[in-house]
Amino acid sequence: MEKITGAEAMMRALENEGVDILFGYPGGAIMPTYDALYDHKETLHHVLVRHEQGAVHAAQGYARVSGKVGCAIVTSGPGATNTVTGIADAMADSTPLVVICGQVGVAMLGTDAFQEVDVVGVTSPASKWSYQIRRAEDVAWAVSRAFYIAKSGRPGPVVLDFAKNAQTGMVDYQPAKVDFIRSYDPYPQLNMDNIKQAAKMINDSVKPFALIGQGVEIGGARKEVEAFLEKAQIPFGSTLLGLSALPTEHPLNMGMLGMHGNLGPNVMTNQCDLLIAIGMRFDDRVTGKLSTYAKQAKVIHFDIDAAEFNKNVHVDLAVHGDCKESIPAVTELLDEAKHDSWISGFKPYAEKEFNKVIDKAINPKDGPLLMGEVVRKVSEASNNEAVLVTDVGQNQMFGCRYFKYTKPRSVITSGGIGTMGFGLPAAIGATFGAPDRTVCMFCGDGGLQMTIQEFGTIMEQGAPVKIILLNNNFLGNVRQWQAMFFNHRYSFTPMANPDYELIAKAYNIPAKTVVERKDLDKAIAEMLSTPGPYLLQCAIKEVDNVLPMTPPGADVDNMLLEI
Amino acid sequence: MATKSFGGQCGDCTTCGKCDKALQRSKPPVQQQIKETMKEMEQENSTKLYTFIIYSENVPGLLSQITAVFTRRQVNIESLNVCASSTPGAHKYTITCFCDETMAKMVVAQVEKRIDVLQAHYFTDDDIFINETCLLKVSTPVMLANKDVSKLIRFHGAHVVEVNPTYAIVEKTGITDEILHLYESLSKLDCVLQFVRSGRIAITKSFTEHLDAYLAEREKRRQEK
Ligand SMILES: Cc1ncc(C[n+]2csc(CCOP(=O)(O)OP(=O)(O)O)c2C)c(N)n1
Repeated sequence: MEKITGAEAMMRALENEGVDILFGYPGGAIMPTYDALYDHKETLHHVLVRHEQGAVHAAQGYARVSGKVGCAIVTSGPGATNTVTGIADAMADSTPLVVICGQVGVAMLGTDAFQEVDVVGVTSPASKWSYQIRRAEDVAWAVSRAFYIAKSGRPGPVVLDFAKNAQTGMVDYQPAKVDFIRSYDPYPQLNMDNIKQAAKMINDSVKPFALIGQGVEIGGARKEVEAFLEKAQIPFGSTLLGLSALPTEHPLNMGMLGMHGNLGPNVMTNQCDLLIAIGMRFDDRVTGKLSTYAKQAKVIHFDIDAAEFNKNVHVDLAVHGDCKESIPAVTELLDEAKHDSWISGFKPYAEKEFNKVIDKAINPKDGPLLMGEVVRKVSEASNNEAVLVTDVGQNQMFGCRYFKYTKPRSVITSGGIGTMGFGLPAAIGATFGAPDRTVCMFCGDGGLQMTIQEFGTIMEQGAPVKIILLNNNFLGNVRQWQAMFFNHRYSFTPMANPDYELIAKAYNIPAKTVVERKDLDKAIAEMLSTPGPYLLQCAIKEVDNVLPMTPPGADVDNMLLEI
Repeated sequence: MATKSFGGQCGDCTTCGKCDKALQRSKPPVQQQIKETMKEMEQENSTKLYTFIIYSENVPGLLSQITAVFTRRQVNIESLNVCASSTPGAHKYTITCFCDETMAKMVVAQVEKRIDVLQAHYFTDDDIFINETCLLKVSTPVMLANKDVSKLIRFHGAHVVEVNPTYAIVEKTGITDEILHLYESLSKLDCVLQFVRSGRIAITKSFTEHLDAYLAEREKRRQEK
């Protein structure tokens, strides 16, 4: 058998896993691998980002929109540490990634060699698995194990720390296939007693309410969950990351949960008699104060990650498993039911929220442009079929609240750790993961500048990202909190801005700025009909607030509609 | 001067050690401190000493991942013992901590979530046989001058494993209380030069071997594939 280098083995192992795109940035300790990549350019499309954080976020965007494992490749030391934010983000948001970092040769490990960082030590608390490849012989096994771990069970990021000697060492390459790890069970078998008990609890319930999380999206269980909810007519709310798991306009969809979610689902959480959580993790942004959260209700929790049970909220029944299997098993045992009066109880809250908040946010008559109206207009202009990518801040909350979702995998936002700078590179990745879909990225003037160097990647790749910059000359979200909780003391949140149109133009990205409401529709139409990337800057009202809001630590049903 | 006033101001003289008061107060014997914390911890709501028994694959770096779970949840590790288990390839961790049962469950779930961890369980002292070992280095001249020293050693069922003109090494195996009691008694006689206590090791009283059952179940799943 011919001997090949560990670096070449890495290329073949990646191809063997079905990888066709890598987001990366080269450097000393990964050069042998980049040299091997040069011969695989046709099969492994490499996207040269402009900062390693961008590589990981792009891989995340790719993974979230496609359901495939996103792959990033960087050098040791600073290259690797630049990926940490993205790795932590992917861990919190259950995104399957394989991040390959160069590393110094094993002979130099632990000597503070040039560009040596203890990458496994730094990344293992924030990743699903972190492994150092020390010999070329281990490449095939480690890559296969990495992909298996990243995508199975509750997905997450895996780090491969690839020592230089393992890249240059010679090996008889044999493809490996890891599809079983005895200490790790990503396919838990259903416990039929639990299924029966769940069905009984639901059949006995008069006021059931379901919470839909990203697990439904990840599990590809839209049909199964829809059938479940429809059979027993169970109203539901979605978490931020679960917003596109089911269509916005589904008659049982009561809206978004959480701090800036809709009034109805939050209030009714504390009125239902049964809470059915599916693929969600009771994040504090969803629950508010735990001691008053759904205390009147029994709780059933469906999840694939056993460590989520009873972590934040005490559950009466935990159903461990993949919701694509567990939910249909329960559906079969459900009685057909109607909960008309319970469901109609959500209506007054929806009306109240519409009158006090939504109408003002999306249909303003005068004054400067508002984020909500821009978002809703873009959504509608794309026939509500676009992929929404957001950065973090007010733009994210307005984006997620007022976009409408028809297709699965349509929300890409940094939920768990709220990473500013996530939006732009994630959107680049999304254009590769869903080349047939329109990708609309909303961001603020703060977050855009955190990864604005990725304009270079967009230019080079022609990535058709529609960038909608909601420019309010403030770090808006922090300013809102300063207004609410710090006596309007705007400590370092006003921001002097550059000419973004000029910057975009420097990167050959067509750009336009809208100031007047009357110009908005046309500008959006132009953005969507222009092939390739586009920057639409909207001059947004400087001081505006995301509402409604459950202040941090307040009761879930105690939402402010105005401040 | 400055150090003195700092010591007085900090109000926590057992830790900063920068004034005379600190010297006086830093004296309470270790075992008394441990007992006091035990009592305090147990009184505080439902906090108890739990023993966690964890089995993992023998892979590098796992120890820090496991201890990180405890640290992140602000659970202090009282003792830790790690070594190969009777199951080939599997390592056994025995970790003790004070926490309440909800926390114990949560820690176990988070530890089990690590890819290479096979199983994690928590136990109270009623569920397990436990043992600890200690070594004491005792001054030979004091021992010769004061007969009570060797009497105590015999009384506690401890062994002298080495003697020379300067010191003797005493070894005692037992449960925490017995060991601390021996140490307490000997230190009253001012003969202890060094003292070290091992982490706890434990064996479950259960009639089933959970790890074996788990591995058998996994092997079956592997073959079904
Ligand atoms: C990396 C990072 N740093 C800081 C924050 C804290 N933070 C959250 S929202 C926000 C303001 C965002 O401002 P901008 O990007 O202008 O968006 P806006 O809220 O105005 O829409 C900040 C600073 C964060 N989430 N992430």
